[in-house]
Amino acid sequence: MMESSHIVALNAHPIARKRRIEASSCGRIEIDNVTITFGRGAAAHQAVSTTSLSIAPGEFICILGPSGCGKSTLLNAIAGYVEPTTGAVTVDGERVTGPGPDRGMVFQQYSLFPWKTIRENIAFGPMVAGHSRDECSATANTFLEMVGLSKFASKYPSELSGGMQQRVGIARALANYPTVLLMDEPFGALDAQTRLMMQEHLLAIWNAFKVTVVFVTHDVDEAIFLADRVLVMSASPGAIMADLPVPLPRPRDPDIATTADFMQLKKKCLEHIRAESLKAFEQQNH
Amino acid sequence: MGAMQTKPKATPEAVAPAVPPQGPPGAAEAPAAARDKGRAERAFALLGRVGPDLAVGLVALLSGLLLWHLATLYNFNYVINFQNVPSPLRVFDAFLTQLADEEFYIHILVSLRRILIGYVLAVILGVAAGVAMARSRFARAFIYPYIEILRPIPAVAWIPLAILMWPSEESSIVYITFLGALFPIVLNTMHGVEQTSEVLVRAAKSLGASRLQIFRHVILPGALPSISAGLAIGMGVSWFSLLAGEIISGQYGIGYFTWNAYSLINYPDIVVGMLMIGALGTLCTYLVRVAMRPLLVWQRRTR
Repeated sequence: MMESSHIVALNAHPIARKRRIEASSCGRIEIDNVTITFGRGAAAHQAVSTTSLSIAPGEFICILGPSGCGKSTLLNAIAGYVEPTTGAVTVDGERVTGPGPDRGMVFQQYSLFPWKTIRENIAFGPMVAGHSRDECSATANTFLEMVGLSKFASKYPSELSGGMQQRVGIARALANYPTVLLMDEPFGALDAQTRLMMQEHLLAIWNAFKVTVVFVTHDVDEAIFLADRVLVMSASPGAIMADLPVPLPRPRDPDIATTADFMQLKKKCLEHIRAESLKAFEQQNH
Repeated sequence: MGAMQTKPKATPEAVAPAVPPQGPPGAAEAPAAARDKGRAERAFALLGRVGPDLAVGLVALLSGLLLWHLATLYNFNYVINFQNVPSPLRVFDAFLTQLADEEFYIHILVSLRRILIGYVLAVILGVAAGVAMARSRFARAFIYPYIEILRPIPAVAWIPLAILMWPSEESSIVYITFLGALFPIVLNTMHGVEQTSEVLVRAAKSLGASRLQIFRHVILPGALPSISAGLAIGMGVSWFSLLAGEIISGQYGIGYFTWNAYSLINYPDIVVGMLMIGALGTLCTYLVRVAMRPLLVWQRRTR
């Protein structure tokens, strides 16, 4: 299990404290009338239909939806990998034109550099930014400690378990001190127990750093457990069909999943998804 | 994080047959003794694993030598003719004689120099061309037809034209050596670079890496396993080509030595030359692999 002393240490960490002060003003995401279409002419496929969305600094957003609904495409538009066909994405008033270190990205899996040690992976951002060797090393050590992997600093990614690798992925994204953390089903490939632990761990990190998090998942429990707001996305073409605030108290522990409030929210989410699935099912049969 | 601990690795000791080394009684007091004991156990374990295979290999080689010896002793002549084949002992004698001869070393050094020049040029040009072809559609469309046309032409076929083209015999042999190494290096580099993981490039971009940094830290290391395979194959082929060149032209080199032994009816030296060629080729390929090893440590370390 996650040691609670570790989480307390995370909160008191000077970098985390500094981040919390900045966070009150940084990391606002505006998605303004964005549509995303792939291909042209007859082969054109609209992945995201007109979407407008405002995410406050330090907010934890989960985008929930079935596979292929365009939730990852929307995330990629914030990351800058995909350019909106119309409309614009801005972060803190600045238009997104490509990927950048202000928006940390955590992928589902296999995104660590296999030829770099864990320490080198985490130090990658500071390294390419031209920081000195000592600075990179110090930053890497800070974040290694933060995700509890100091002992594994000189190991290679293939020597770590899937859960550990994802913690390194989070640490690597945070080592750039981003204002936004974008996560594309980061725990999707992990087993159930590890996933629960990672969710708790992520909340602890988020609580310490107060970065804005946009977290894509198809797991209803995960979305409700983590988020301030759950955005339910519908498929073909992808659109946000429900924007559900999650008024559950924080800090949250896994027991919250058995409370009536949690169940109520889950039911609401499932109703939306079910209606959507039925629609998709009927469309397929016509 | 107990659930996330890595599984314990199977240590060599665990695989070892239970053969405790016989230590002197009362040797337990010194840690050095314990270390020696561990070392001995590991040595035993290694022997236990590769020992039987080694033994079989040795027996196979010895019986081959014996058959060769018998075939030459009784002048075996049925389809294959052993009447003019030197016996293993005569080859060994000739080998010892050559080892004492300065000229033998000159032949070896001349061959090695040709390999060195031709191979190094092939590595530089081959890696550059391979990267260019993988990264640029134009470069690929431009270079690929040449590769497809020239690659199937064996080194031997190049010799007459090479002699006509190049100012000296030496440069034509080096050219053929270079050509042999070039194609495997180009193609393996190209494939390695093409296999770049898209998610790693995206990760590097989101971490703020420039194009050059992505190349240096993501694309190149990702292509290294394939490039290093190409370098090893290229070394083998460059020896192959060198020998073709040396047998047909030149006054020095281990290939020339071998062919010359035939011309001078000095048959044991033919086999000495052949074995030397094999040994040098193997040695050079091994050196390439050893040189690449530090860059590929990450590949051999897995959970």
